[in-house]
Amino acid sequence: MNARIEKRIELKAPLSRVWRALTDHREFGEWFGVKLQGPFVAGELAQGQITIRGYEHVRWQAVVQKIEPETLFSFTWHPYGIDAKVDYSKETPTLVEFRLQQSTSGTVLLLTESGFDQVPADRRAEAFRMNDGGWTEQMKNIESHVAHRQ
Amino acid sequence: MSRIGSDSSAAKRRHHAAVCAALADETRLSLVTTLSGGEPRSIAQLTRRSKMTRQAITKHLRVLQSAGIVHSVRAGRESRFEFDPQPLIELQEYLGRVSAQWDQVLSRLKALVER
Repeated sequence: MNARIEKRIELKAPLSRVWRALTDHREFGEWFGVKLQGPFVAGELAQGQITIRGYEHVRWQAVVQKIEPETLFSFTWHPYGIDAKVDYSKETPTLVEFRLQQSTSGTVLLLTESGFDQVPADRRAEAFRMNDGGWTEQMKNIESHVAHRQ
Repeated sequence: MSRIGSDSSAAKRRHHAAVCAALADETRLSLVTTLSGGEPRSIAQLTRRSKMTRQAITKHLRVLQSAGIVHSVRAGRESRFEFDPQPLIELQEYLGRVSAQWDQVLSRLKALVER
C-alpha cells in the first residue's frame, strides 16, 4: 500500500508535443474527458464540464499550481468530486504532478498524485500530525500482514 | 477525468485520509504491526514492548481506534486491543481504483500524442 500514486509511461512523441497535449486546455480536455472554459493559468482555478458519457452533469475543477515549460505541470483537485450535492471546497485536495523527461525514443511522463493522507484542517487533531519516517516501506510490511490474514 | 466510483461520498474519502494519517506515525505503525499478528493485546502488554509510557501508547491507540484500525475488546476485567484490517483493505481498494483511472486516462493521452 502506498498513499501516493505514481505512474511512468514512455511516449513515442517529442517532448514539445507531449507538453502541448498536457497544457493546451483543448488538447488536455480531449484525453482527460473535460470541456474546459479557458486556458490553464498558474495559481488560477480551471473549470469545465466532464464529457465522459453518463457524467456530463459533473463539473470539473482544479487549481493550477505550476506550469514550468516542458518540465512540470501540476494542479490540485478533489478526487471523487462528482457528487453535485456535496460541497468539496472544504475537503483537502490532492496534488497531481506531470513531469516530462526526454528519452531516446521520445518522452517519459511521470505522474504522481499525492496528499491522500491529509485530513481536513478542522479535523486535524494534535495526534494526527504527520511524522514522516519513510513510511512507504512500513506500509509494505503492513500490507503483507493484511494479505496474510485474508 | 472524473473520479467515477461507487463511493463518492466525502465522508468516506475523509475516512481514507484519516486511516492514512493514523498510519503516518512510527509508533502507531509499530502498534499496528504488532496487533496485525492477530492476537488482541492489553495496553500493559503493548507498553512493555515499547520504550514509551503507558499514556503515550494509550493516546496512539485512541488515534488508531478512531480510524477504525483497532477495536477494543473486553477480556475479563481488562480491555484489549484488536486489529481490524477492513479500513486498510478499503483504502487499498480506493487507491487501486484511482490508479486504474489514471491508467485509462494516460492511455488516451498516449493515443493522442502518438497519433
